[in-house]
Amino acid sequence: MASQEEILEGLANIVNEIAGTDVEDVQLDKSFTEDLDIDSLSMVEVVVAAEEQFDVKIPDDDVKGLRTVGDAVDYILKAQG
Amino acid sequence: MTATIRPAVGAPHARIWGVGGYRPVRVVPNSELIDRIDSSDEWIQSRSGIKTRRWANDEETVAEMSIAAAGKALAHAGVSADQVGCVIVSTVTHLKQTPAIATEIAYRLGAGGGRAAAFDVSAACAGFCYGLTLANDMVRGGSAEYVLVIGVERLSDLTNLDDRSTAFIFGDGAGAVVVGPSDVPGIGPVVWGSDGANSGTITQTESWESLREDREAVFPTLRMEGQTVFRWAVWEMAKVCQQALDAAGVQAAELDAFIPHQANMRITDAMIKALKLPAEVPVARDIAETGNTSAASIPLAMERMLESGEARSGGTALVMGFGAGLVYAGQVITLP
Repeated sequence: MASQEEILEGLANIVNEIAGTDVEDVQLDKSFTEDLDIDSLSMVEVVVAAEEQFDVKIPDDDVKGLRTVGDAVDYILKAQG
Repeated sequence: MTATIRPAVGAPHARIWGVGGYRPVRVVPNSELIDRIDSSDEWIQSRSGIKTRRWANDEETVAEMSIAAAGKALAHAGVSADQVGCVIVSTVTHLKQTPAIATEIAYRLGAGGGRAAAFDVSAACAGFCYGLTLANDMVRGGSAEYVLVIGVERLSDLTNLDDRSTAFIFGDGAGAVVVGPSDVPGIGPVVWGSDGANSGTITQTESWESLREDREAVFPTLRMEGQTVFRWAVWEMAKVCQQALDAAGVQAAELDAFIPHQANMRITDAMIKALKLPAEVPVARDIAETGNTSAASIPLAMERMLESGEARSGGTALVMGFGAGLVYAGQVITLP
């Protein structure tokens, strides 16, 4: 199981790959849409990549609740358990 | 003694012999749509890759656009209307339930002397590939020597101009192909199916029935759950693309063109990534100037790629349709 740090690092790489955002900019308090240039379709790409990497399922209804990177890290931490 | 029934005799194989399209005269740029959805040209392009779309005028009916496209396809194929045994029209925007518009089109084209078999197919954005599947089986099964497959839509009739998620997506047009006998395989095995559990994700807002019950009701439009459809279209459909390649025994690197339904440029881009399509394979991007024309999008994109020289006649292409239902179909073909 991935730790909080590992999930953050993984997400940062995914966001970098999809939106070109600098890895260092992807921090827990950052909003996907407002700070990281991730629109709703890019968010789906991020979610699917995260599902694959961390072996979790994130249904569409739950994706709407993931506003910040921290929200996503927490969700994945819980979903792993 | 039981009578012996003589079976139909079909061709050994089938292929597409000609393609033709009709694009409505009126070009609608993003700037015409942005006020009502509080948007911008840049936003629409970044969300969808769409710069313009064509919208039909009153004279550019489903039948007129179909006849124009079919005429071009027959000329391209070098096949006369007389030789056509069946006309299949795939559409969700012929707004008269019955009779099928295919019969009027067959008659006016003179297909089979004006008496060819004719019917409509309702398979939304997979409609062209569904029709192609039927045509392939008819030619090989001996039900018809040549089959016209027409995908035609006037989606502007069902577009809600105040809906931020769909107002800029849809366009109008028609595309047609002529399928006929061949000595070598020109249409690979179809990989198709449906996912009715998610039929609500792309749908007409109200049934026609509701208009009868409530005379004040607003005319139905199309509604879509963008994120759910995006996820399904990209990752599930990339798998279907791979299955269609595997079924035909063709490697992605051998393709001369990838012609997915023109749903959204973002879906196409993500699908290419998921499919790990080699960068050298030309990909249809007709959506930028045509919008999403549902059943018409694949033949329209095919015609454009052949005319522009992006793809060559006789080349191998993967076609893949997916949409409301949810329905999907993909196959490998030889380009006309």
